[in-house]
Parts: sequence; C-alpha cells; structure tokens
Amino acid sequence: MDHPDEPTAEIALTLNGEPIRARVPLRQNLVDWLRHGQGLTGSHVGCEHGVCGACHVQVDGRVVRGCLMLAVQADGARVETIEGATETGRIRALQDAFFNRAALQCGFCTPGMLLQAAELLATNPAPTRTEIREALSGNYCRCTGYHAIVDAVEAAAAVLRA
Amino acid sequence: MKPARFDYARPETLDAALAALAEHGPEAAVLAGGQSLMPMLNLRMARPGLLLDINRIPGLDGISLEAGLLVIGARARHADVLASPLVRQAAPMLTEALHHVAHPAIRNRGTIGGSISLADPAAEMPACMVALGATLVAASARGERRIAAEAFFRGVYATALEPDELLLRAEIPAIASGWTHGFSEVSRRHGDYAMAGLALALRREGARVTKARIALCGIEPAPRRQHAAEAALVESGAEAACVALSAPDAMEGAEVTAAHRLHLARVLLRRALAN
Repeated sequence: MDHPDEPTAEIALTLNGEPIRARVPLRQNLVDWLRHGQGLTGSHVGCEHGVCGACHVQVDGRVVRGCLMLAVQADGARVETIEGATETGRIRALQDAFFNRAALQCGFCTPGMLLQAAELLATNPAPTRTEIREALSGNYCRCTGYHAIVDAVEAAAAVLRA
Repeated sequence: MKPARFDYARPETLDAALAALAEHGPEAAVLAGGQSLMPMLNLRMARPGLLLDINRIPGLDGISLEAGLLVIGARARHADVLASPLVRQAAPMLTEALHHVAHPAIRNRGTIGGSISLADPAAEMPACMVALGATLVAASARGERRIAAEAFFRGVYATALEPDELLLRAEIPAIASGWTHGFSEVSRRHGDYAMAGLALALRREGARVTKARIALCGIEPAPRRQHAAEAALVESGAEAACVALSAPDAMEGAEVTAAHRLHLARVLLRRALAN
C-alpha cells in the first residue's frame, strides 16, 4: 500500500488520549495502520477476518475488531489500544491477574483478551464463569486452554469489587 | 488478506447516499457495521468498485416503540438492540436471539440492517424478522418501499432489495397479550454460525397453543414460515409439530448434513415446547 498512486485520505482522531492527524490508504484496516503507521504493535493481527479477536481495540468506548474497520473510518473517533489502556492503568487488575494465574503463554491473544474482559467487567462486575466464557467467546487462545484465563478474569473481578 | 482497491464515499445525508446508489448501485457495497463485508473484502471474495460508508448519516440507528409498533433503524448496532429495554418489552425474541449473534466485539459494530440485507442463511435476524411478521422499509432515489419480511428473503445472500435501494428500518408489531417469544440454536461454539436455529412465537390459552409462528435459520437458503408445523402444533400438539417441520431445500454441508440440520431443528422445537 506504499505505491505513490495508492488512494488515501486524511484522518483526524484521538489516539490513546492524544489528538493526531494522519494520511491513510483508503483500504488499510485500522489495526494495520496502528501497527505500521503508528508503531503500536500491541494490537495483533491474527486471522484478518474477524474470527480470532487478537486485533481488538477500543473505538469510542467500545471494543471492536481492528481488522474489520478501516483506518479511514476512525476519522473523528476516540481510539484506545492496549498501549493506551495500559498507560491509564484501567486494566491493571486484569493484567496482574493474568500474570499471577499464568493466563498466557505466547501472549499473542492477550491484548485482545484483556480489552474484552475489561469491557465485560465494566458492565458486569460479578460475572459467572459462563458469562466470562461467553464474553470471551470471540477471542481465540491456542496455548492455555482458557481455564486460566477464566480464572484470571474471575480473580480480577473479585479484586475490583473489594 | 488485504482488500483490493476501492473508491470510498461517506455521505452525510440519506439523499446523498441514495443518489450515490442510484449512480453506482450494482458496483457499490454499503458499509454499515462491516462485520460481514470487511471479511469479504479482506478475503477478496467481494471487490466492490465503491464502498459507501453510511455511518455518518443521521437518524438511521433509532429504536422506538409507539402505538404497538417497534421500529428499529437499520444501522442500530446489535449491542444496542440487545441492551434495549424497548426491544426486550416488545420483541423478546430479538433479545434472546441477539445473544447468539457472533461475539461482543462484533455486536458492538455489526448492525441489524446489515444482517437483514446480507441474508446469510445461518443468521438469526432474518429468521426473527419472518417469525415476527416484520415489515422492512427500503429507500431509493425513486422513493420508499415497504416489503413484508416473508417476501424479502430470496435465498443465500439474496433479498428483494434492488441494487439502488438501502434498508432504512424494520417495523415489528409489538408482542400481543397472551403471546410468548423464544429463540434457541445449536452451534459448535457460542456465537458461531447456527447449525440450526428456531424463532418461535406462541399464543397460549391455558396449556393449549392457539396460534404459532415458526421460522428456522441455518437450515434452508432463506427463512420462511413453517406453516404446516404451526398448524400441526395448534391442532395436534408438540410431537405433530416436530414431525411437520420441513426443510425440502435444506443445505448440505461437509460437516453438517441436511438431515442433521432438520433433526436439530426438531430437537430445538421439542425442547422449546416442553418449557
């Protein structure tokens, strides 16, 4: 997408709290622009068709698939990546719980898991294990078998309620 | 796994969008939530000349309930329809069904009108629209058109929409006194494509079912009313209804056979009626 004749558009958005302007290829996905254009490589590119959840980012306060939205569509939006969420400290309890429970091995799925789990706990402070599994049903993990992840979300919820 | 090039337009008004569709309809693709279109673009199964992004057009995402009519704007996100107390009150079938629609991040972006316009045979919303007796309202530069849901779905990814038409809203008669709604499905993993799904509306007097509306998803190319099963249910009861469920056009698949899909639909109906 670096060809000189690649059609592009100017976008202006808030990225991890900072206003930013950029010129993006029309056909570039949001997650590719974040990684290649902005160097924010915490959002991962897995399946590129909305199945795996590794590319999750938050747009206007909601978790979305970064591979199923165009960068040009982020014009005017508030985008937060795993880097921004980490910096603000809003997912700290989840990150600690994932670490303590060994809820990751390779870590590829972890940013997406964390953002989705944070959205669950924001609306449901005491989810059942079934509710946790349903909330994370769109996030693939190929290492852990999920049990430790569910444990970690449950543990983080308990910490946040205390 | 990157989209081919396309022109991109993001009209700010409905009139501008309809004008663009009038000019480019056959080579245009409407981008609403993009949760089905974007995968198709990434996989290059779809290569539209123009991507028409309707996310800036005001007034397409409302949810209202007035005079017994639930109106859901085509661009209402699944997550908002799922969370809506009006929807839960007037069409609880939709609330139940939306729990089965993909996963939270997809529901945050995907739209009800997108699901209806795409007409994936495994999708929950088309079957619900048929079972609920919804009217689907589309617009083009030529004017508005009202289409009964039962006449809207024509086959796999095929609908009554013309290339220059845009779906505006679904109008759904609110649930009437004495009726109950249900939705259930079988899929390999929660949120995956339905191997069989059942949309059910029943009117009971005591223990007896006096009226029924049944539609299935994930079985035939397009959802339709199961009139024979509805009549059997009223006349002869649950077991007769299960036997009368039919799927002459059931889709064959490498993993799920047509016979198995129909079997699953019968299991779902039997369970629903036992409750």
